[in-house]
Amino acid sequence: MSEWRFWFNSQRGTLLALAIFILTFAIYLANHPAIVNNGLTVQGVGNVVQTAANKGILLALIAIAQTFVVLTAGIDLSVGMIFVLCNVVASFVVVNNLGAAWGFDLGPVFGPAVGIVLVLLVGIACGAVNGAIVIFGRLQPIVATIATSAVFFGIALWMRPQPGATPEFAKALGKVMLSKVNGVIPASMVFLLIVVVLLWIPYRRSVLGRATYAVGSSEAAAYMSGMPIRSAKFLAYVWSGLFSGLGGLYITFVTSSGQADQAAAGTYTLNSIAAVVLGGVSLFGGRGSAVGAVFGALAFLTIKDLMFVLNVDPLWQPLLQGVILLIAVSIGSARLFQVRNRLELFG
Amino acid sequence: MDATNPLFRMEGISKRYGGVRALERAELTVHAGRVHAILGENGAGKSTLIKIMAGVVAPDEGRMLLDGREVTFPDPAAANAAGIVCVFQELSLIPELSVADNIIVSHPPTRLGMIDRRAQRGLAEEALARAGGGDIHPSTLIKDLSLSRRQIVEIAKALARKPRVLILDEATSALSASDVESVFGVIRRLRDDGVAHLYISHRMHEIAELADTCTVFRNGRNVATYEARTKTDEQVVELMIGREYHNVFPPKPPRPEGKKPMLEVKNLTWSPRLNGVSLDVSAGEIVGLGGLDGQGQRELLLALFGVLRGASGDILVDGQPVSINSPREAKADRIGMALIPEDRKTEGLMLPMAVRDNLSFAAMSLFSRGGIIDRSAERRAIDEVIKLLAIKTDGIAVPAGSLSGGNQQKVVIAKWLMRKPRIILLNDPTRGIDVGTKQELYQLLRKLADAGAAIILYSTDYDELIGCCDKVLVMYDGAVKRMLAGTEITEKALIASALNIDADLKGAGAMRPAAQ
Amino acid sequence: MTDQTTDVPVRLSFRQRLNVPVVTAFGCIVLLLVVGSIYSPNFLSPEYLLQQLKVGAFLGIIATGMMVVILLGQIDLSVPWTVTLGAMMASAATAYGPMGEVAAIPFGILCGLLIGLLNGVAVAYLRIPSMIITLAVNAVAQGLMVAYSGGFSPQDSASPAMKFIGAQSTLGVPHAVVVWIIVGGLAVFLLTRTTFGRAIYGIGNKESAAYLSGVPTQRVVVAAFALCGALAAFGGVLLAGYAGKAAQSMGDAYLLPAIAAVVLGGTSILGGRGSYLGTIAGVILITLLQSILSVMQIAEFGRQIIYGVIIVAMLLLYGRDQKLR
Repeated sequence: MSEWRFWFNSQRGTLLALAIFILTFAIYLANHPAIVNNGLTVQGVGNVVQTAANKGILLALIAIAQTFVVLTAGIDLSVGMIFVLCNVVASFVVVNNLGAAWGFDLGPVFGPAVGIVLVLLVGIACGAVNGAIVIFGRLQPIVATIATSAVFFGIALWMRPQPGATPEFAKALGKVMLSKVNGVIPASMVFLLIVVVLLWIPYRRSVLGRATYAVGSSEAAAYMSGMPIRSAKFLAYVWSGLFSGLGGLYITFVTSSGQADQAAAGTYTLNSIAAVVLGGVSLFGGRGSAVGAVFGALAFLTIKDLMFVLNVDPLWQPLLQGVILLIAVSIGSARLFQVRNRLELFG
Repeated sequence: MDATNPLFRMEGISKRYGGVRALERAELTVHAGRVHAILGENGAGKSTLIKIMAGVVAPDEGRMLLDGREVTFPDPAAANAAGIVCVFQELSLIPELSVADNIIVSHPPTRLGMIDRRAQRGLAEEALARAGGGDIHPSTLIKDLSLSRRQIVEIAKALARKPRVLILDEATSALSASDVESVFGVIRRLRDDGVAHLYISHRMHEIAELADTCTVFRNGRNVATYEARTKTDEQVVELMIGREYHNVFPPKPPRPEGKKPMLEVKNLTWSPRLNGVSLDVSAGEIVGLGGLDGQGQRELLLALFGVLRGASGDILVDGQPVSINSPREAKADRIGMALIPEDRKTEGLMLPMAVRDNLSFAAMSLFSRGGIIDRSAERRAIDEVIKLLAIKTDGIAVPAGSLSGGNQQKVVIAKWLMRKPRIILLNDPTRGIDVGTKQELYQLLRKLADAGAAIILYSTDYDELIGCCDKVLVMYDGAVKRMLAGTEITEKALIASALNIDADLKGAGAMRPAAQ
Repeated sequence: MTDQTTDVPVRLSFRQRLNVPVVTAFGCIVLLLVVGSIYSPNFLSPEYLLQQLKVGAFLGIIATGMMVVILLGQIDLSVPWTVTLGAMMASAATAYGPMGEVAAIPFGILCGLLIGLLNGVAVAYLRIPSMIITLAVNAVAQGLMVAYSGGFSPQDSASPAMKFIGAQSTLGVPHAVVVWIIVGGLAVFLLTRTTFGRAIYGIGNKESAAYLSGVPTQRVVVAAFALCGALAAFGGVLLAGYAGKAAQSMGDAYLLPAIAAVVLGGTSILGGRGSYLGTIAGVILITLLQSILSVMQIAEFGRQIIYGVIIVAMLLLYGRDQKLR
């Protein structure tokens, strides 16, 4: 059974996030008006879960995006803005008649598919720009991503000065993505599961994925070991862009429109950091997983919704959220009380 | 052995760090199937040589030949690919990854583009078993392993890379005697398979036991290469030290008797690194700390300076008990302590800052009132101390990082001398600085002692301890094992007590470190 | 056997390193004025320049605090809501009669100081990365202000004193500019002539070395963050005086420009290096850039893009990290 011990040890943060999520979601369900009034029915629980899932997947995707960069001991303050930019792009290109303006209408099947690829390419391009500036330009991630998010915002604003969407937007596809499979399981959760299984797990187990962890854990040691540290870091930013793009795509399904929303970008960026911390990803790099970040995101949102069902005054909710965030980011500092050589504090 | 066709050759390799030359036209020839020992004191250039071989550092000039063809290593990966693998001292392990991940770090077996964990684990277990670490579970995270186990993993990692040249840089320093034995077994087997080894160790008996060829480095050059066991230890030490070392130390004054100690330490403990250290130092006395590296000497100095949290025991200054919880308290006038730290680049100096700002940084309270600096007083004090230490600089506004190593160290010492400290702790202050500056420092230390300072000097260089100190405390496993005073301070006595054995065992080859 | 650690190669002389960014930034200012004056001769009129200085003064005061924190090698992302909090709290105090009017400015600054203290304690003693904790504290400050104001811009208006220093002028010289000159003068004095200033540079360069030199590094860090919070709130107080009252998210527009001004002025984001002269240049540069872009009627999106690109481009010129090897 000792194998379990090692597995448990390496997944501690993820499991803790899962536990917090299950606990808070149970309390949430138990207090939700739909359940309280109609009893614990499959239909009722299904609806609550679907609503929560469709909201949760957005932050979950952004949190995964943030995870990649945080694993390298960096930070990406532009995830929210890439998300917004991809939302705006999606509101133009995920349409049933893509190419009609140039005389080659791709139709309602291929049109949205090509559109989705375009959106994701935009996300990847944004991530690549960040990665190039940080790795090859040797600028600090925090300044670089603050500056690039201004550029991304500018582009989004240029494309959509006013919120809106193309009339031909693929609403049908959006409906599918937000529906329930078999009438029970939310499609968004299925999508999230597919993304994690098809994208995250292979990445985690690839040579470059492992190098990402190594760079964050100890860049000098990774260099000494001959690991491909530059490619690994660059790839982390690219994947971050891709997942922010997925998030931007999904919000377009939810709202069926695009909006260059600076405030939303800031909120998502901030919440992604909170979700990552709650999900057991170390801000010092090298430890954690996207799965943990997903649970962190879901737990964070559940705590927020919990305030709603528990009838906390809406005016006090932002403050409570801020305080929860404050506590979440302070948890990691407990390790300091074990530091006995004060010089190590400055490492 | 095929002496005409060396496996690897380095020719005319030079490397400078800032103003200090680490290597000066060094040569080295390595043959397949031989263990080649590199000897030399600290700062002789061994580490730099290895780093260049392993692709960690780029040489300023010179060339390297592998199988007679010129090669360059832009990064460690390139050196590894060429079959040159280095066992660093725990430097290259990644704490958050598992043992198996670390051992098979560069080219893991893959299936469908993913790392095949089962195959990787098999390879890791095999390498661990060969390195004598069969008891280490491959799924353990490195950060959960002890230092000696990490060292075994480091060796296993090197073995898994199928090296042609294996460099072991103090690879046995943290190992117990039985671990060392099994590592030696591995090295002998690999040697028989035709792998070339470069072996660096301060333990003379290990070299005597293992090496086929020895090369001695001094001041960045190879000064002699000879067949192992053809020279006596005295001759080897002679080669390592060189002639210029004689008479660099100022004469010692007669030891004062019955003086009251200025600093007394009783039963200082910070487990597990310090286990009940007691010592006393009088005004005018230079007390050396000896012993193998890492026996608690650094921790002792840091504990005295108030850096270590949770250290217990009594510290008395002028007979009065004091409690020191930070460097700020240690430097206060009542105690008047100064610490010249181990690493001048990260702990002693702010390299990008001006020499002027570095010099006055610790002594700011002497020429400021209410937090406002009196710049002319500061300037006067700086001029005085620069003259006192003969620091060579292009002006006090240049960054400290632009000075040579020796002058940087002078700045570190000068910045503390500005406070006129009564108790001076020095942590290996002559590491990596040139002989001329060393000599100046020795004279300065004696001058400070004569002026009434109590000095504790930790040095990894035995000659320094012999030449400078009035008495030497030899530490082992976090405690003072032996005190040597006056004429008792000899190289033999220092080495014997450092290894915690009786001095009457003759010949270094018979010496064994006690099992830890 | 780590007897040789890798040296930081010193490529440029100290004089060059000190001045290149400052000279570049001032050069860009001249360039902007030249370009602007070709567009419209009004750009060189004293009225226009004074007006720019006035707009720049608010940013300048906020950037002063940011600079102190950046010199430590830290960052303060709680500035947006600290600015708003300062403005709202000062305006709120004004509503409490004559005593409140007198106390308005100090009260607003005090509230910002407390936010800064919270940041500083978390960074210095709990060692939470500053960019994380200040983001969280920003959220808390926002939550506090939402709870206080009910989510709308409060109706309280600025006190006469706030309006006097924020909006009014004497002999054509805006009082805000005078305030910035005073704050800037104090900042220069603090950074160059006091032990506190030396400690800040020392900590920014190598905190372990500063600690081993007997500097109470943790207290210095707390004080620096407190100062940054106080100055951000003071900037908010002035802005409220300028606009007549506080508004929700009035501070949002100051975070990026404040960081940009400091960094463009040559202060290293890693800390330890930079001069206040550079920050002045950075503030003026950013203010002029904003003004010229809007005079030229470049839309908001274009301004954002030009902003981001200029910051990245200038940093690539002189703000890069050392190579690993």
